[in-house]
Amino acid sequence: MTLELHEVAVAPKGAGPLFPPITLTVRPGEVATVMGPSGIGKSTLLDAVGAHLAHGFTLSGSIRLDGRDLLPLPPETRRVGLMFQEAVLFPHLSVGDNLAFGLARSVRGRAARRAAVEAALDRAGLADLYDRDPATLSGGQRSRAALMRTLLAEPRALLLDEPFSKLDATLRGDLRAFTFTHIRSRKISALLVTHDPADVEATGGSVIELTEWAPRGSTRECPHHTRRRNPDPERGETP
Amino acid sequence: MGKALHAVTAHRADGRLLRAAVLVTVALGLVLPIAAGLWQTGRAGAGLMPAIGATEASLAPFQQLINLPGFATALRLTLVTGLGATALSILLAVGVCAATHGRMSARASGRLLTPFLAAPHAAMAIGLAFLLSPSGWIARALAPVLGWDLPPMWATVNDPGGVALILGLMIKEVPFLLLVILSALSQLPVRQHLAAGRSLGYGRGIVWIKVIMPQVWPLIRLPVMVVLAYSLSVVDMALILGPSNPPTLAVLLLRLFTAPDIELMLPASAGALVQALLVAAAFALLWLLEGAGRAIGRWWVRRGGRGLSAEPGLWLSTALSAALFAAGAAAMLSLLVWSLAWRWPWPGLLPESWSLRAWSTPGSGWAAALGNTLILAAFTTALSLVLAIAWLEGEDRARRGRAGWAEALIYLPLLVPQIGFLFGLNVLFLRLGLSGGYLAVIWAQALFVFPYVMIALSDPWRALDPRLVRAAGSLGAGPWRRLFTVKLPVLLTPILTAAAIGVAVSVAQYLPTLFMGAGRIATLTTDAVTLSASSDRRVTGVYATLQAGLPFAAYGAALLIPALLHRNRRGLQAGGAP
Repeated sequence: MTLELHEVAVAPKGAGPLFPPITLTVRPGEVATVMGPSGIGKSTLLDAVGAHLAHGFTLSGSIRLDGRDLLPLPPETRRVGLMFQEAVLFPHLSVGDNLAFGLARSVRGRAARRAAVEAALDRAGLADLYDRDPATLSGGQRSRAALMRTLLAEPRALLLDEPFSKLDATLRGDLRAFTFTHIRSRKISALLVTHDPADVEATGGSVIELTEWAPRGSTRECPHHTRRRNPDPERGETP
Repeated sequence: MGKALHAVTAHRADGRLLRAAVLVTVALGLVLPIAAGLWQTGRAGAGLMPAIGATEASLAPFQQLINLPGFATALRLTLVTGLGATALSILLAVGVCAATHGRMSARASGRLLTPFLAAPHAAMAIGLAFLLSPSGWIARALAPVLGWDLPPMWATVNDPGGVALILGLMIKEVPFLLLVILSALSQLPVRQHLAAGRSLGYGRGIVWIKVIMPQVWPLIRLPVMVVLAYSLSVVDMALILGPSNPPTLAVLLLRLFTAPDIELMLPASAGALVQALLVAAAFALLWLLEGAGRAIGRWWVRRGGRGLSAEPGLWLSTALSAALFAAGAAAMLSLLVWSLAWRWPWPGLLPESWSLRAWSTPGSGWAAALGNTLILAAFTTALSLVLAIAWLEGEDRARRGRAGWAEALIYLPLLVPQIGFLFGLNVLFLRLGLSGGYLAVIWAQALFVFPYVMIALSDPWRALDPRLVRAAGSLGAGPWRRLFTVKLPVLLTPILTAAAIGVAVSVAQYLPTLFMGAGRIATLTTDAVTLSASSDRRVTGVYATLQAGLPFAAYGAALLIPALLHRNRRGLQAGGAP
């Protein structure tokens, strides 16, 4: 499951691209990191991969997953999972039903589906919480439930939009390890947006840094500002 | 890049189809009837109505209208009551907001306003007539103090000056404007601006006038225009509370339209055009006042005067509004009391003996009227709700906001006076063989129900956390599954609230039911208005109580159903954790 971005650039209506075109290959099980100042368009890049761009944005370049062109596909058939800063659980469904919402259709039969959800809850340390109201879970529990819901949908790629930034330090480490372990064992290619050097250190994957694409709206050719490098903990990676 | 662009738009085709379907429905169902109705009315006003043998275009209908006895007085009364009620309602609502903002939670004020918003105009007017009449509660309460042995000989209802009508309109309009202003204020940083202004040495009331209201005005302009158009062309309230001879223009026109002499339809149509022009002129006046207000306001702001205190004005408007609300509550209560009263001699505050007699004969008419009202409310509300959800979902799928013209389209039926196009529309429906049936009435009512449902649902719909929908999409849920399993359940409370508003609006419709039903479809409202002219307050009380009871029941259900269904879902309870 390889995610390939080729010369991808996103431009808001009537303006130049937000950042210089990005070319990037994320191998199965790899977590690639996107860094850059606030407002540069990191989340917009994730929206482009997940097909969640708002109206008016134009997208150029190509995005492929396992060789398949993603651009013509709507979000529900791209098989690209999504994790937000906060765990966005459906407030009207119980914890278990949230997971059942995500569970792939290939698991058939009531009993089998129930068992799959129970097993996932168990793996996330949420055993016996099937009928709980998601609003009553702790922050860490909510995040693990959201991750399990995403994984049950059997995504081929995963987009992580600062998923650990709202958690306290200990919880952050636990959840990061939990998330990355699952990504590696399932050979999912993941794209992580973060400001936290510790995240980058833990990924061990490639890092893309977005920089501003010279005067907004100008058509002037700009040098390729995108750098690709491996994280260097010695230098104390900062966004 | 062209290929990629094409690809991005490809999966939005579905959204475009839905939007196109909604647009066609709205254009054919909403805009066309109004335009065609106005056209027919215009033709009749110019002397062209082949159905009654009028085939020669002339200005005679206008001549005839102007020569009608009392026409000038009717025009004056319309202007005084319509402009007066609107201006006073705005003043009171703004004053109350300035005086109480920040002291009352949005939920508390919402709960206080809901009964007044839900009560149909006709029921409120009948209750107010009960309250104000010489034998009503107010006179009875004053009797021992002033030593009255008999009810005073005052014309407190149907007074020739239209004061009772202005009061009645205000009881309905002040709560509406309060709701609108409060929702506008929730979008503004009021506390910070108030603190900034006061730290510069301006009093609270002056900051409201100089800083906050100029920001609120653009957000409430359309609702104020709705109030203005309504006040100038109201029929049911004017029939019950307004002066009777001569009445306001809208009532005069209704009499002409329903007169036995069908020739009078021509001057009536001319009058309907005058009514429409009157509303247009009032909009122009509002626009001029806005411009003048802007110029004067700028001059005043630049002068920097801090001396004036608006505090007494704020408290006066709050006290007047409180009195208005108390009168409204007493009016509603008097409906129920009268429906249960048997012997109620002057000057007792409560009946001497009670009876269920007025309630015990449903076969005498109220059961049939209740049935019709329920059928119409159910169909118009369902229709409007489906259309509103389709519209909003179409906007979501196209991932774009609403254009200004679309917003204006939604408000259109509320800005054109009903009497201006309903008669013409009925002529058209007659020709199509639709008039007098449920379909025609449902259609005509939906013209007014849909805008309110749409307005009520739009803000909560857009406030839905977009990440919920994205999360569902990334989990493999297609657009329909996202709609039915995520959006609609999460938005259950606002959807039911919009439905309750729809029921309230449908139940309150008088003119559309009367005209399109061709008098054959009797509802609680049409019967209550007819009965209000009779002397039997007990029977009138039954109809008006039922009429007011239906919207209250709908609002109650809108509160109860989500509370029951979501009792274990803290994230969905009002004020609950996100």
